[in-house]
Amino acid sequence: MNRITSLFRQKKEQVLSVFFTAGFPALQDTVPVLTALQEAGADLVEIGMPYSDPMADGPVIQASNTRALGNGMSVELLFEQLKDIRTHIHIPILLMGYYNPVLQYGVEQFVTQAAAAGIDGIIIPDLPLQEYEQQYQQLFQAHKLSNVFLVTPQTPEDRLLHIDRLSTGFIYIVSSSSTTGNQQQQQGHDSYFSRIRQTPLQNPALIGFNIKDQESFRYACQYAAGAIIGSAFIRVLEQADDLRPAIHAFIQQLRGAAEPLPSVPHRQTATL
Amino acid sequence: MSKYNITEDGYYGRYGGAYVPEMLYPNVEELRQQYVSIIESPSFRAEFEKLLTDYVGRPTPLYLASRLSEKYNATIYLKREDLNHTGAHKVNNTLGQILLAKRLGKTRIIAETGAGQHGVATATMCALMNLPCVVYMGETDIARQRPNVERMKLLGAEVRPALSGSRTLKDATNEAIRDWINHPSDTYYIIGSVVGPHPYPDMVARFQSVISREIRQQLLKETGHENPDYLVACVGGGSNAAGTFYHYLQEEQVKLVAVEAGGLGVHTGKTAATTTVGTPGIIHGSKTLLMQTRDGQIIEPHSISAGLDYPGIGPLHAWLFESGRGKFYSATDEEAYQAGIQLSRLEGIIPALESAHALAALAFLPLIPSDTVVVTLSGRGDKDLQTYIDRGGY
Repeated sequence: MNRITSLFRQKKEQVLSVFFTAGFPALQDTVPVLTALQEAGADLVEIGMPYSDPMADGPVIQASNTRALGNGMSVELLFEQLKDIRTHIHIPILLMGYYNPVLQYGVEQFVTQAAAAGIDGIIIPDLPLQEYEQQYQQLFQAHKLSNVFLVTPQTPEDRLLHIDRLSTGFIYIVSSSSTTGNQQQQQGHDSYFSRIRQTPLQNPALIGFNIKDQESFRYACQYAAGAIIGSAFIRVLEQADDLRPAIHAFIQQLRGAAEPLPSVPHRQTATL
Repeated sequence: MSKYNITEDGYYGRYGGAYVPEMLYPNVEELRQQYVSIIESPSFRAEFEKLLTDYVGRPTPLYLASRLSEKYNATIYLKREDLNHTGAHKVNNTLGQILLAKRLGKTRIIAETGAGQHGVATATMCALMNLPCVVYMGETDIARQRPNVERMKLLGAEVRPALSGSRTLKDATNEAIRDWINHPSDTYYIIGSVVGPHPYPDMVARFQSVISREIRQQLLKETGHENPDYLVACVGGGSNAAGTFYHYLQEEQVKLVAVEAGGLGVHTGKTAATTTVGTPGIIHGSKTLLMQTRDGQIIEPHSISAGLDYPGIGPLHAWLFESGRGKFYSATDEEAYQAGIQLSRLEGIIPALESAHALAALAFLPLIPSDTVVVTLSGRGDKDLQTYIDRGGY
């Protein structure tokens, strides 16, 4: 079974998904960050594929994209970095990025390689529903890859149900009025979150955008299976002197419960 | 409807569409559902036409450039978009879009700008319509287009620097899109060219189509024929070219000539000649030709002209290129600059450096004496005076 589906079968609440940019802060940090997140207790991760023009992202993620590209990150290199992760990473992994780099890589090749590397799902925010349905749905299904779509408060009921039918894994709930990392209050979205909770959806939902600390995480978890944290985590990576303890401390603070730091750091066998 | 018109889904051939994240979907969808019925309504048409006449100063002249004609041994007309209020064709579109924004009940206007012409045109319309205006402009462009920055401020607009990426037009566009995502209900985004998600390319082309509508009428009156042999226009995103070609798309005997910015040369890596070095992909919500790396990262363009300094072209132009309906040329910085000086000396008209690219292409066309050519002079050169001065040699 797809690891995302399996996760949501076992865990119905307080699911924590963490987003980070591949090749950031340093080119070879992708796998160490992923490893530390698993150790620290993240339930799933979204690895961002950097893009030169990330139009739905705020300054923090933009800057991480620019730096990762400057480090030499690419889709090709990301697959190289991820090829042996399933030897030690068991949590679900999604790749998230803009459509153009995926299109240039070749959607079929991208999906095939992602599945081969043990990736569980893909999020492409600027891929239109119709294009997915007509051109790629079968391809994704054949490779047992989840495709996750975003919904906003302005997404009408019929479209929400359409998105739900096309989605596998989970639905990504965002605020319509926010690029990533925007410091808006979540409070006030209660009616929106409630409406989604009351809609009979086949997929669980995660709330993304504006989650930054324990309080906002807990607030989101009242309305959905869990929440996604992105910009706040990128900021931690940006400022950390030593990534692993910083990641552990951040996840602990977010969860509000101590997950012990294993005494012997798990080192991935160097493949690059 | 012919194969050069947009399809119901928003495509020209395989180009176009609306590749936007869900956060922008409601805004784009609202526009898609309403733009045609609004802009074709009698009250809209009446208000648009009246302001084009009384405020913008249309129709703009179709001027027989005798000395230029003599030089190239053909009959050459200039469509004088430089004589519009605010000095370029951009105002045709900003007027149309602001009237649309008002009918949609929007109360705040945003725009992106490269050279500042679209920003000035937007700031002008916002002053006229009493709407708050925020213009995003790359920090690099702010430095090299100072007079237009001051014009926008004088008109009451707020100019916000785009600090990401190369800090030029594409980054200003990204910032404007982000602003729109963050203000989805009250804000209208006036895109300055035939780019962006459907319906923008078609909507902007419709507003600019006044250019070719007038050319037809004026040419008929002047020569007894509606059709020239050549229509020539510069292409950055391609709005003046789209307006120049619009009513002639179906007239296959009229050759449509689009001139891109060659920069230092199309193979130097310092260019904006998208059809020469670009490949199909997605930029700013539209599938089109764009300059990109093998990995799909967008490449920084280069041009002497800030208005052509864009790494893509509108999807209509990508389709005209691919179908062969349009003939695409590029003029280098130096060729455009020399063509600008030439027009100044021959006709007493200092062209914008964007328009100078179109003029430079006259030298590339296989003209014969019986040919009638219309070149769209998209803007005036006042804003480029510092570039002319810095380059010197005139």
